[in-house]
Amino acid sequence: MTITLTHFLIISAVLFSLGIYAVLTRRNAIMVLMGVELILNSANINFLAFSRFGGMNIEGQMAAVFVIILAAAEAAIALAIVLNIYKRFNTVNVDEISLLKD
Amino acid sequence: MIPELNIALAILLLPLVSFVVLIFFGKRFMEKSGLVGTTFLGIDLLLAVYIFFSKLAAETRWDFTFTWIDFHTVVNNVPLKIDIGIMVDNLTAVMLVVVTLISFLVHLFSLAYMKDDVRYSRYYANLGIFTFSMLGIVLTNNYLLMYVFWELVGLSSYLLIGHWYEKKSASDAAKKAFVVNRVGDLGFFIGIMIVWMQFSTLTFDGIFSAIGHGNIPFGSNTWLTAAGLLIFCGAVGKSAQFPLHVWLPDAMEGPTPVSALIHAATMVAAGVYLVARTFPMLTADALMVIAYTGAITAFVAASIAIVQNDIKKILAYSTVSQLGYMVMGLGVGAYTAGVMHLVTHAAFKAGLFLASGSVIYAMHHALHHLNDHHTDAQDVRFMGGLKSKMPVTFWTMTIFTLAISGVPLTSGFLSKDEILAGTLAYSHFTGHSLIPIIGFLVAGLTAFYMFRMLILTFMGEHHDKHRLDHIHESPRVMTIPLMVLAALSFFVFFSFNPISASQGWFFQKMTYPTVAVPEAIAATPTAEFVEEIHHQHTMAMFLSVGVSGIGILLAFVTYFWKKISADAFERALKPVHTFLYRKWYFDELYDATAVAGMLGIARVLAWFDGTIVDGIVNGAGWLTKLVSVFSGKFDSYVVDGLVNFTAYFAGLLGLSIRKVQTGKVQTYMIFAIIGFMVLLALYI
Amino acid sequence: MELNILNIGILTWLTFLPVIGMIIVLLLPKEQKTAIRWTSLVFTLLQVVLAFLLFAKFDRTLAGVNSADTMQFKEVFNWINVKSTGWFGSIKIDYFLGIDGISMPMVFLTAIISCIAVISSWTIEKSLKGYFALLLLLDTGMMGVFVSLDFFLFYIFWEVMLLPMYFLIGVWGGPRREYAAIKFFLYTLLGSVLLLLAMLALYFSVTIIDPASGEKIHTFNMLAMMNPANYDAGSILAGTSTSWRYLAYIAVFIGFAIKVPIFPFHTWLPDAHVEAPTAISVILAGVLLKMGTYGLLRIGFPIFPDAAMHYLYPLAFLGFVNIIYGAFCAMAQKDFKKLIAYSSVSHMGIVILGIASMNTQGMLGGMLQMFNHGTITAMLFLIVGVIYDRTHTRGLDDFGGLMNKMPKYSGIMVIAFFAAIGLPGMSGFISEAFSFLGAFQTFRWLTMASAFGIVLTAGYMLWTLQRVFLGTLPEKWNELTDINSRELIMLVPLAIIVIVLGLYPNLMLDVMNTSANTLVDFVKGSAGAALVH
Repeated sequence: MTITLTHFLIISAVLFSLGIYAVLTRRNAIMVLMGVELILNSANINFLAFSRFGGMNIEGQMAAVFVIILAAAEAAIALAIVLNIYKRFNTVNVDEISLLKD
Repeated sequence: MIPELNIALAILLLPLVSFVVLIFFGKRFMEKSGLVGTTFLGIDLLLAVYIFFSKLAAETRWDFTFTWIDFHTVVNNVPLKIDIGIMVDNLTAVMLVVVTLISFLVHLFSLAYMKDDVRYSRYYANLGIFTFSMLGIVLTNNYLLMYVFWELVGLSSYLLIGHWYEKKSASDAAKKAFVVNRVGDLGFFIGIMIVWMQFSTLTFDGIFSAIGHGNIPFGSNTWLTAAGLLIFCGAVGKSAQFPLHVWLPDAMEGPTPVSALIHAATMVAAGVYLVARTFPMLTADALMVIAYTGAITAFVAASIAIVQNDIKKILAYSTVSQLGYMVMGLGVGAYTAGVMHLVTHAAFKAGLFLASGSVIYAMHHALHHLNDHHTDAQDVRFMGGLKSKMPVTFWTMTIFTLAISGVPLTSGFLSKDEILAGTLAYSHFTGHSLIPIIGFLVAGLTAFYMFRMLILTFMGEHHDKHRLDHIHESPRVMTIPLMVLAALSFFVFFSFNPISASQGWFFQKMTYPTVAVPEAIAATPTAEFVEEIHHQHTMAMFLSVGVSGIGILLAFVTYFWKKISADAFERALKPVHTFLYRKWYFDELYDATAVAGMLGIARVLAWFDGTIVDGIVNGAGWLTKLVSVFSGKFDSYVVDGLVNFTAYFAGLLGLSIRKVQTGKVQTYMIFAIIGFMVLLALYI
Repeated sequence: MELNILNIGILTWLTFLPVIGMIIVLLLPKEQKTAIRWTSLVFTLLQVVLAFLLFAKFDRTLAGVNSADTMQFKEVFNWINVKSTGWFGSIKIDYFLGIDGISMPMVFLTAIISCIAVISSWTIEKSLKGYFALLLLLDTGMMGVFVSLDFFLFYIFWEVMLLPMYFLIGVWGGPRREYAAIKFFLYTLLGSVLLLLAMLALYFSVTIIDPASGEKIHTFNMLAMMNPANYDAGSILAGTSTSWRYLAYIAVFIGFAIKVPIFPFHTWLPDAHVEAPTAISVILAGVLLKMGTYGLLRIGFPIFPDAAMHYLYPLAFLGFVNIIYGAFCAMAQKDFKKLIAYSSVSHMGIVILGIASMNTQGMLGGMLQMFNHGTITAMLFLIVGVIYDRTHTRGLDDFGGLMNKMPKYSGIMVIAFFAAIGLPGMSGFISEAFSFLGAFQTFRWLTMASAFGIVLTAGYMLWTLQRVFLGTLPEKWNELTDINSRELIMLVPLAIIVIVLGLYPNLMLDVMNTSANTLVDFVKGSAGAALVH
């Protein structure tokens, strides 16, 4: 059995769905962040898969590297925000942080 | 300029100087004010006499005209400018002497009569400005200056009638005199406008020569007649002719010497003078109206004079009557006779007034002495028997009365006789026989009421013996003027022939002016007319002596011998008496029509102005405000309402949608993803 | 003829001297009352001196009216210059001053009346600083109206004058001052709007070649507006005797008629007079009313000769109504000031009648009457002011017998009253007589009817004189004092003018004669040409 593009895409889709699920259902902000990471990585897999099977050169890998950098930056800023939230509200439960409502 | 005209100018200006000096320095002169004024007038009189004699000796007329205002433009090929100037002819020369003489005598008389007056210097100042304006009237050679001085005379008359202005009746009389005169002057002014428009000049010569060349206002004879009559309106006002005669009797509110000067001898004669000056441009129709005006005036006034009791009122109405006589004389064409009557009347009427002033002065002092403040010092019924106490006043008064009654040997006889001859000649040519009938009737009436006054005042018994003791003859400064005037009331000063004036100097020097109006509408030619007067003269003389005699006789029968009871007559003819006593109800008539009418119109128009015109303005303002209130309401409810409704609707919408807003990021995320999926489903 | 002081033209000096005074007054602290009063007096006195200088230097042989060459003491500067803005074209407005025989007497009158108004305001205590500042501003506005020859400039001065007047009546006036002030303001503003419309219509119709750049521009120059050749073919006011021209004339006429005031636009006058303080009444009657008739002579007649001739009879008829109606209304008044206000209506009617005659005598009479009414009515209002200051009432029936109590005052009063009656020897006679003489030649019956006004005038004036000055003094006025020297100083010069002009009217007639002749010829000539076309 050869591993085709479809397999990669299925893995990516599963990973994406797991990420979405995590983002939507986790109450802990850290967990939500982890979900986001999952989504980003599912995108990475897509990039790489299209790069490998789409007849392209290196563009896919480059985009994936960009995403990794982006993810690192995102993680850094997001964790800083979470830390601040924690400092202010003493919790990282996103349900309790509903200031936007008012 | 002829040197004599310089003197004439000096005559004109001296009284003005007197006025200015007394107005500004009167306080300083105090009781000397009278002497200052009298001195000025004395010099004036001497100059006037000099002018009089040199003018009568000279043949030519002295005239000086200069351009007062040049409009620098040309109308109908004639440069438009106003020329004015002064002129001395025989008529002026005579008038100069009359005015200055009477004025001087009145100044003199007033020294005593007005001695204790509160506004002594003001009185003399006003006499000064009066004399100035009166001299101005007789000296000018054009209608503009004539009108100017005419009005100034009105002003000085106003000031002098209202001399005792604390009295309501005096200030009323002054106002009445001025306003009634203004009515006449309105006509005069319109006449001047017609003349100016047609001839572009206002000098007498210019106008008459233009008319002589066939230049007639608006090319219509009617307008020429109208112009003459309108100018005559001025005379109607000033000379107190019917129907504007009502102011003169009221004017007696002024001091008595003023009545003598202004309201008997000079100012009221100005109207007659005006007619004499305007004579060349009067058409036959105009003259007829003038003659009738004079006749009616003479009769109405004489009829009123019969029943009056106030000595000054009697004299006032007799003045009106005599002025009517003069105007009638001029109207019928007896030019010289009319002017002569002006002059002779000036002397004896001034005398009558001054003599009555002397009587009033004496009465007043007596009453004052007795602390009697109820008896009227001017009422003839409270007099009587003064003859013995005031001999000079009595005898001079008798001479004046004889003169005014037209008794032979007096000056009044000469002039009145000529006028009556004129009326007879007039009726001969034109058939207007009513004129001579009124003329003779009035002559009789005059003799009657004048003697009535004389008898009631001086003869018979005085009611109150005690009072009679306190009556004394007036001081010398008052009696001298009386004697001078009495002397002048004799015939010799006018003609050496006691029964006919036509050969005297007056008739020789005061010839008929050349008539300028076209022959077709002119009165009877002068030569024929004079001829006819000669024919009628004897007849007129006998008739006039006859009616005067009857009048005098009746007066004696009624009031001296008391053969006829005046009271019985009065009772028998009560309505007639009341009618005459109330002066034919002229005052009441004018009050009810003209005065009330004017005030009524004034009130109605003021109401109209305040309520309607201003009401429209305020209404417009109110309407604007109303509209603004409406538009304000519209703005806040409709326009603003729409805006608010939009906001409200948006709010309502928001309220229902806000439920979605949980504030939970994950909820939003779900929405986003669901939305994304929906889109995906829709497009794939 | 030019006259410069410090390189600035005399007319600019005349116009803006009061503004300098106003600035100084505003800089002074408000406690310095004496300084404020004296500053105002000094500046208005300087203005009088300049006016006398102007009067002496004025060349009596030059006509002015419609020719820029014979306008005197001209000053022309480009003032507003907006380069071409599309369809609108370039806007060039000149600061164009100059006087001729029509405006010279008015300039003289304005200077004198302003100075006298300052003297009569000496006793004002309420916010004195503002009062004098406004008074001086008003002075500038009035003077500006009489010297400007550019319609735009004229209009600006016309409006400048309105504002101080509003406040002077509305703040320093009597009990109903707000009502009177608003009425005055709105009324005049209505006139201004019509004037503005007519001005704009004229602006867009008249084209001249700009001497500086050679391009064709619209202009507000009044003299250019008087020349029919300058009207663009096809513009709204082109041609002669068109209904647009008649309409524009009527607009201009109403604008000025409100100021005169001509019946039925006169009702602001009695209210304004009654409520205004004495000095303001003096200015109102003395100068402001003249602006209406001046406007007719300067703008209405020469710019619209065809319409002026067309509406000559209605104009004269309004003059007649003014004379008679004003006199009757005056007769019914019980308030001294209101009586004189209505007498103003009557006397201004004579001006209207005179200028409507369209001949030399009538025109001269009307113009002289403008000046004479200014001095005589000013005297009358000052006379009322004198007793009002002492008694705080103006009811005619509250007085009597003042003649004995106040002899000097009464002497002046007699002069003023008889001048108003039109007694010969006083200035009023000459102008009234000329107006009537002239009008009679054009409107025979109407003038006869109008002349009846002289009887009515005598009636109500003498009645007033009797009620106030003759008779016996009511006891409550026993403490009255005679006129003081300050009041004499303001009344005597006017009395002198009244008598001097009465005896020697040539003094003023000389100045106006050439211009009056030219104006009459020009209006008649243009209208005559219109009939030929």
